[in-house]
Amino acid sequence: MTEVVATNQTILVVGGGISGMTAALEAAECGKDVVLVEKNPVLGGRVSQLYRYFPKMCHPVCGLEINQRRTKMNPRIRVLTMAEVTGISGQKGDYTATVKISPRYVNENCTACGECAKAAETDIDDAFNYNLGKVKAAFLPHKMAYPQRYVVAPSVVGTPEGDKIKAACKYGAIDFGMQEETLQLKAGAIVWATGWKPYDAAKIQPYGYDRFSNVITNVEFERLADPHGPTGGKILRPSDGKEAKNVAFIQCAGSRDENHLRHCSRFCCTASLKQTQYVREKFGDEAQSTVYYIDIRAIDRFEDFYAKVRADQSVKFVKSKVAKIVQDEKTGDVVLHGVDTEGYHRYANTHDLVVLAVGMDPEVQGAQVPAEVAADASGFLVSGDANGGIFGAGCATNALDVNRAVQSATASALRAIQVINKVASVEG
Amino acid sequence: MSEMKYHNNFLKEVEERVEEGHMVKMCMQCGVCSGSCPFGPHWAHPPQELFMMIRAGKREEVLSSDSMWMCTSCYQCIVRCPRKLPITHIMHGLAYLAKREGLAPKGQPTAEFGQMFWDNLTKDGRVNELKLSLSLYFKDGFGQGVKNAMAMQSVGMGLMKAGRLNPMEILGGHKIKDKSGFHAMLKKAREIEDARRKLA
Ligand SMILES: Cc1cc2nc3c(=O)[nH]c(=O)nc-3n(C[C@H](O)[C@H](O)[C@H](O)COP(=O)(O)OP(=O)(O)OC[C@H]3O[C@@H](n4cnc5c(N)ncnc54)[C@H](O)[C@@H]3O)c2cc1C
Ligand code: SF4
Ligand code: SF4
Repeated sequence: MTEVVATNQTILVVGGGISGMTAALEAAECGKDVVLVEKNPVLGGRVSQLYRYFPKMCHPVCGLEINQRRTKMNPRIRVLTMAEVTGISGQKGDYTATVKISPRYVNENCTACGECAKAAETDIDDAFNYNLGKVKAAFLPHKMAYPQRYVVAPSVVGTPEGDKIKAACKYGAIDFGMQEETLQLKAGAIVWATGWKPYDAAKIQPYGYDRFSNVITNVEFERLADPHGPTGGKILRPSDGKEAKNVAFIQCAGSRDENHLRHCSRFCCTASLKQTQYVREKFGDEAQSTVYYIDIRAIDRFEDFYAKVRADQSVKFVKSKVAKIVQDEKTGDVVLHGVDTEGYHRYANTHDLVVLAVGMDPEVQGAQVPAEVAADASGFLVSGDANGGIFGAGCATNALDVNRAVQSATASALRAIQVINKVASVEG
Repeated sequence: MSEMKYHNNFLKEVEERVEEGHMVKMCMQCGVCSGSCPFGPHWAHPPQELFMMIRAGKREEVLSSDSMWMCTSCYQCIVRCPRKLPITHIMHGLAYLAKREGLAPKGQPTAEFGQMFWDNLTKDGRVNELKLSLSLYFKDGFGQGVKNAMAMQSVGMGLMKAGRLNPMEILGGHKIKDKSGFHAMLKKAREIEDARRKLA
């Protein structure tokens, strides 16, 4: 049974991405007790799935590592992974949250030696790589995983393979006796930081994401470029494994569209600018990137980054929202059809691979949060007194890049701290 | 420099005088409508360009464009426009304004046929399909008319056999009972619309 000490002076943080980690750390480093609840087996959220970071083009693992260390060192933070908040009752200063924990089948004895994975036979979808590849049924979600602890898939429980996996572990870390648990936790304030998910590209019918193998999304492209990704960092297109040197990026795939997401997702222009540099990095002078856009929204200081990419000879810009994509079944090449806005020229341009710059949808829609919270038309949380002691943070509140997500997380930590201080002053 | 000459107020005029013209300014020039139009390669200006020309005050060029007359009302543009502009409706509205202002391109087949259909319908309150087809066939002269009619002969015979085309319609044809009442209604409707759209 999982033991968690929590009182109405505890801050509950839901979601362990960069925003949730930041909120938890800020509060804990101010002396508050924090319980951090994360649905996945690891912390880090979607930032850990990026290859590089705009605008400095550094590796996100570096920033994450610092936060992981801070989390590990801080006795005031209790991390629960594979856990979800399914209910919230009470009010500001006195909440009770119901938390459901799924079994990991691996306990804290795990040293991450990897013997269990060697013993495993079946493959399962690799969620960390957006299912572009497979992992063994006993796996470490990714190299930088925190906690550094393997996970065993429920599919092998009670099978001979499961027995083999258990026998392979020298430390007695595999425990098939683990059950799903439900805990009731007290909290004075709650930070809701469940982040975002990529908009479902298949809904943009003329782009054929569900029909054409060489039409992929920007999040998948991050994984293709990453050495820890399914292709070992080579940009190979799905249809035939050919190197994709001529890559098209389609902006506002789903965003700024009354038929899809109403909002501008804000980060995706800069993300595509960044991704043109992946093509450049891999193929040098042979690289060809074309960005199809309505207008480039490289917000405030990212303008410098935009200017830098503009100057890169390997990157072309076409001012046009692509109308339709067709994939040539024989060659696998993709042809983009449309009319450009600078001269109204009709084009049919051939590329090796198309990357859809899909926008951000909230991972948990405001209406699905198990408490009374206000949300906008897109489902992002909005702040207000009606929310009581529940504060949105990061991409749960808006489409944000990391910098802005972290600012928002710090702000919500401050608000939560104020609630706890009030509770403490009343209780003395 | 008179206003009449430069028509800097053309966007305003479109907003007032064209059905759903107030939506023109919502266009963000993305180009999806133009790329999605099945007739795209065959007309002078795609919708996106027309909307920009309206904003730029190019009254003559817009109203004399053949684009609005080429629209087949497939509604592909409306379905895809990220700003939900009622593009098809605006196209039809522009065509109407062009017609009323005498700027519709001369000899444009859709415009000509539209006029024929209207005249045919309003004369007796019923569409006389035989006369309508014949006026269409013979619009480019007698010789061409005979050729067109010959080419369509088997269709005509088929229609006749099925009782869908009455050769006697050539002699006047069927009419509604209260023709003068119908004409009065049309006149009133036009007055109302003209006043509303400042078209008189
Ligand atoms: C292709 C792409 C490239 C990008 N590149 C950059 C870049 O270079 N630089 C930059 O600054 N930004 C970039 N971004 C934006 C960046 O990914 C986000 O700003 C960042 O992920 C926001 O972090 P977050 O913690 O708010 O959300 P997330 O990263 O989504 O984290 C949310 C966490 O909450 C967890 N969770 C979800 N639901 C629940 C639940 N019900 N219960 C418990 N836990 C839950 C999730 O598992 C996850 O761990 C990029 C985005 C994309 C799509
Ligand atoms: S940031 Fe760029 S690509 Fe993303 S929605 Fe806004 S304009 Fe479109
Ligand atoms: S699709 Fe809509 S917003 Fe885009 S150019 Fe056409 S009318 Fe304008």
